[in-house]
Amino acid sequence: MIEFTYKIKDENGIHARPAGLLVGEAKKFQSNIKITNIVNEKSADAKGLFGLMGLCVKKDNEIKVSVEGEDENEAAETIKDFLEENF
Amino acid sequence: MTVLKGNGVFGGIAFGKLSFYKREDEEIKLKKIKDAEAEVKRYEAAKNQAINELEELYESASEKVGEEEAMIFKIHQMMLDDVDYCESIINIIKSENANAEYAVWVTARNFSSMFSDMDDSYMKERATDVMDVSKRLIKIICESDENVHSYSEPCIVGADDLTPSETVQFNEDTVKAFVTAYGSTNSHTAILARTMNIPAVVGIGNGLKKEFDGCEIIVDGYSGTVYVLPDVTTIERLKKKQELCEYENKQLQSLKGIESVTKDGQKVNLYANIGSLSDLKMVLQNGAEGIGLFRSEFLYLKRHSYPTEDEQFDAYKKVIEKMEGKRVIIRTLDIGADKKVKYFNLPQEENPAMGYRAIRICLDRTEVFKTQLRAIYRASKYGKVSIMFPMIISVDEVLKIKDIINEVKKELDFSNIEYSDDVEIGIMIETPAAVMISNELAKEVDFFSIGTNDLTQYTLAVDRQNNKINSMYDPNHKAILRMIKIAADNAHKNGIWIGICGELAADDSLTETFLSIGIDELSMSAPFILNIKKKVLNADVSKIKEKVLSQL
Repeated sequence: MIEFTYKIKDENGIHARPAGLLVGEAKKFQSNIKITNIVNEKSADAKGLFGLMGLCVKKDNEIKVSVEGEDENEAAETIKDFLEENF
Repeated sequence: MTVLKGNGVFGGIAFGKLSFYKREDEEIKLKKIKDAEAEVKRYEAAKNQAINELEELYESASEKVGEEEAMIFKIHQMMLDDVDYCESIINIIKSENANAEYAVWVTARNFSSMFSDMDDSYMKERATDVMDVSKRLIKIICESDENVHSYSEPCIVGADDLTPSETVQFNEDTVKAFVTAYGSTNSHTAILARTMNIPAVVGIGNGLKKEFDGCEIIVDGYSGTVYVLPDVTTIERLKKKQELCEYENKQLQSLKGIESVTKDGQKVNLYANIGSLSDLKMVLQNGAEGIGLFRSEFLYLKRHSYPTEDEQFDAYKKVIEKMEGKRVIIRTLDIGADKKVKYFNLPQEENPAMGYRAIRICLDRTEVFKTQLRAIYRASKYGKVSIMFPMIISVDEVLKIKDIINEVKKELDFSNIEYSDDVEIGIMIETPAAVMISNELAKEVDFFSIGTNDLTQYTLAVDRQNNKINSMYDPNHKAILRMIKIAADNAHKNGIWIGICGELAADDSLTETFLSIGIDELSMSAPFILNIKKKVLNADVSKIKEKVLSQL
């Protein structure tokens, strides 16, 4: 399992449109990808839009990403890049 | 007369009959079914159909209002496909032997209340989206085709709030305005009103009563006011206001086909800046005479690897063909500083605005640069193309660029690939260095284009992104205007043309100054073009030139 944290820089936090794109990225991989909002300790599967939006992630919140599965290395790398570019 | 107050989201005044948007009865009853598996199949078929419908809506909305706004239908697709949402529906069908529409209804209510309970206005709005997609699904399951509210008679549409799939069905020619009880300036109603160019007042509250249905009303989008059954004086007053506003808009629109020439016959090209293919619509709507700055960065952003030559070629070709022979100036990659792209693997820098960026990267990573140039040259045969290079500080850079261009052309010749042989080569004037040596630079290129944003930052030594010194960032500073004049004089002395493509080009208080300096082209965001054109048409340069120049 690979874990890393990321601090949201986007003014709007995790909102519908970028969340939708993140779901699209996550679905490319077989690994389980879990995202936890460290502030309120809510967790969600990165492959579900409602779950992600329900995390109430705002600017400056830190999130923890846990990736587990056969393609975890590649998945973690891609998700990390995606977060840095979009959030 | 009743006067209602809300938030105006788009200027404009509309008169008409209020027509409330009618929805079907919303309560859905539980019916016990026998075969849960069959019911799940019924739900899944409906879900697939809904996703297909949304795809169609997405495509039609992309054309009508642009890809950005249409994205909401993609989000709706994902909502329908969401794991938790689907699981909840199937669970309810199986555990309660419930009919599919009921299962969707209960699920929709749960998910939408999750959003409406959040303490974030944007997230609260998403509750409407959940209900919107769910209703679509229920409608398909029930196979009851809702009457399409196309509003063939002119009217003003009233509603509690409108969902994106409702607004997209409206006929643009007959719907004159929107008024809603709820919704904020973030809501889809607001966004669509803006893109459809009609006034709207949202968030009126309970004052917007159902019994007003069919009443004559006036919507004033400027002040956010709705007048129900207006009296004669109000009608008169608003008619005057409407006439005045329409007159101004019409006057500007009527300038569309007119050539931008001053009273004394000085021609200045009014071009548009674009940053993506979806900006083209506004370019054509505002009658731009060409594209003065095509920012090619969008091809490189939001992705994980370099765009291929073919991908770039397709994008350039599309723009060039759409412009039908009018000049299209493509600026090569301007990345670095505040625009970061992960796969470029650029190092962290202390001072990125003065660091490894734009042409500096291109001349260092020539393969990336050559791919872009090849794509541009291949597309050049479909119209009139110019290329310009950002962040130039020396003649040596220009010579290196020209060498690379010659290599690219040789390779194309070798592979028997056609390209236009009158592609103009120009440079951005955005560093004080380029201004100071503009006489030498002008001998090597076909045109200059002044990037006022960076030129201001570098000349005044004021960081654009530092809020503390925001008030010192003054692009109207005399130093900048003098720099523009120096560059223009050197350009003309060497027989080449010069344009301005920064924010400053749209500043109508400077149009006369630019005309007096002899700027040949002004390029700006498309919505500003007609206003500047008005300035140009009314200017008489011979009369003002001397005075304007003496003040510089």
